[in-house]
Amino acid sequence: MRLRHAIPLAGATALVSVAASAETITVATVNNNDMVIMQSLTDQFEKAHPDITLDWVVLEENVLRQRMTTDIATQGGQFDVMTIGTYEVPIWAERGWLTPLADLPESYQVNDLLKPVRDGLSYDGTLYALPFYAESSMMYYNKALFEKAGIEMSEQPTWQEVQDWASQIHDPQNDVYGICLRGKPGWGENMAFVSTLVNTYGGRWFDMDWNPQLDSQAWQDAVSFYVDLLNNYGPPGASSNGFNENLALFSRGNCGMWVDATSAAGKLYNPNESDVADQLGFAPAPVAETPKGSHWLWSWALAIPATSDAKDAAETFITWATSQDYIELVGETKGWTSVPPGTRESTYENENYQQAAPFADFVLNAIREADPTDSTQEPVPYVGVQFVGIPEFQAIGTQVGQMIAAALTGDMSVEQALSSAQRSTERTMQRAGYPK
Amino acid sequence: MTTAKTGQVPLAHDSKTRAAPRRTALSAMGSRRLWLTVLGWGVAILIFFPIFWMIVTSFKTEAEAIADPSLIFSPTVENYVEVQQRADYFKFAMNSVVVAFGSTLLALLLAIPSAYSMAFLPTRRTKGTLLWMLSTKMLPPVGVLVPIYLLFRDTGLLDTRTGLIIVYTLMNLPIVVWMLYTFFKDLPKDILEAGRMDGASTFQEVWHLLLPLTLPGIASTGLLSVILSWNEAFWSLNLTSSQAAPLTAYIASFSSPEGLFWAKLSAASTMAIAPILVFGWLTQKQMVRGLTFGAVK
Repeated sequence: MRLRHAIPLAGATALVSVAASAETITVATVNNNDMVIMQSLTDQFEKAHPDITLDWVVLEENVLRQRMTTDIATQGGQFDVMTIGTYEVPIWAERGWLTPLADLPESYQVNDLLKPVRDGLSYDGTLYALPFYAESSMMYYNKALFEKAGIEMSEQPTWQEVQDWASQIHDPQNDVYGICLRGKPGWGENMAFVSTLVNTYGGRWFDMDWNPQLDSQAWQDAVSFYVDLLNNYGPPGASSNGFNENLALFSRGNCGMWVDATSAAGKLYNPNESDVADQLGFAPAPVAETPKGSHWLWSWALAIPATSDAKDAAETFITWATSQDYIELVGETKGWTSVPPGTRESTYENENYQQAAPFADFVLNAIREADPTDSTQEPVPYVGVQFVGIPEFQAIGTQVGQMIAAALTGDMSVEQALSSAQRSTERTMQRAGYPK
Repeated sequence: MTTAKTGQVPLAHDSKTRAAPRRTALSAMGSRRLWLTVLGWGVAILIFFPIFWMIVTSFKTEAEAIADPSLIFSPTVENYVEVQQRADYFKFAMNSVVVAFGSTLLALLLAIPSAYSMAFLPTRRTKGTLLWMLSTKMLPPVGVLVPIYLLFRDTGLLDTRTGLIIVYTLMNLPIVVWMLYTFFKDLPKDILEAGRMDGASTFQEVWHLLLPLTLPGIASTGLLSVILSWNEAFWSLNLTSSQAAPLTAYIASFSSPEGLFWAKLSAASTMAIAPILVFGWLTQKQMVRGLTFGAVK
């Protein structure tokens, strides 16, 4: 065989043998923009780690949650890396379903992770998942509409002010609505927002003996305010609006204000996706009786199920995808507004990021101030700002969300909705054996 | 000429007098046919409109997709390029083809003998058995998800095409048996008896008489089974991950509660339904013939 034929052949053989010996890990993730970017950087990871190959399972959030819960509860072992949230991590860790991440390499700089985010992903002081991106909630407003109505935004707006401003801006004839809020039922949809509203009105989901508090005055006040506000100054069909629908409305200039996830800021600031990029104003989430729990805390994190048979390779991948180097890689290749926000102190110290994202400090403060262990005026037995960290909450939250959506559409009065919600929550809690 | 004229006049007169009501009847029939045609087109357009709109949206940008509905835009194929970059369409499509046709073949192999015995050799429990088979379709699939998942885990069938073929076969079997039973029952028993008298074995009876005579029915049953398997999403999403995932999982990966995705989702959906749309178009004659088989007696 001639040498010029032998060299490429030897190279090809070497490549084949590397590919053959590479360990494949299956990564389950959601189809959010930041995760899509992570998937698109697969080549970069595989180039740096030729002994590991990535197999992706990308699904819509609710489908993925059901798929992963089935797999982990039955010890199916289909995934090596799972994308889960602050709600699942402590519950799954308590059951021994996740691999503890106690011995992370020093180069990972675990103390650079924002403390509230790190705490949310820990159980009994041990970290069980690494944050990929984190978010709180804040208020976006359209500066042009505010200027036209002669309104000046407060440093810390109250819900009463928001109602007054919404009434001045509301102009449905010209497709301009005072305020856009989530109305689509679901524990992660309308109830994420409503829970923060109830918190700031001084309410809570349960008392210290796990008795539901949905028929309390605080819930009554908060939900009545929400229903009146959206029905009087919201867009038509608000009960079917979730994050995406409101994002579309606000970015087209149809909303005066919008209170939702801080992760929307990057999209609203991008002139390719938003018509209001140069008119975007932001403020902290409004408060009512108390500032406690007025804005949420959520993070999407990467965890390794205990059933994985490639734990070392999986840890290599999750430490890469949540590292400072990864954030810089995204900033340099995809643009600085596209970096996964809310996870590391170093991101907010980065000059490039500060220049590209004027909302950075707001987001950082909102995340720092959100405390899932102290989010209500009165004491509670649970952890979580916009959710209750118990397995039963998904069912309870979605059911209550449907009743509140029914109050929003006028199918039920607020009293009826809350009374039904109280009864159904009591039944679920009794069946689950609370108080425990 | 006169004779001809005189002969023609009353003829013409007759034909005129007869033609008037016929014309009225014809025009009434014509206008009824016109209305039926308009109605038919109206229903067809109504049914096809969502698919048409999905195809149109797939050629828009994300910003155009969420803007006010419009047919005036500059078409782009960027969504198709992006969905292909993010996921290997052909891998998912191949899984769909193998699983849909494999499960249909297996379902027909099991259903033909059982429908034959129920149609031609009924017992007093046949009706009850048929109803029981159909009643299994009333069980919400999520109710048996965990037991099936555990069975699949222990037998190594998770994320395999074989596993999906088994589930789809079992899922479609009641419908396939019912349809074949209906088609077989319409066949006069005398034909099979004649074959038997000529010395045909049961297999020969089925192979040489039953199958050729009920082929349109079997074909339409098979086509329906293929379509049902192709569109099934619950089991495919729950029992597969990266190796055996069909096109339903491919579509699910382009939907998200956070972010703009309508145009990409439309492009992925268009690519997912394209093969079955073409397949349905090519076989529509057989399908309609099969579904109306035995309808007029």
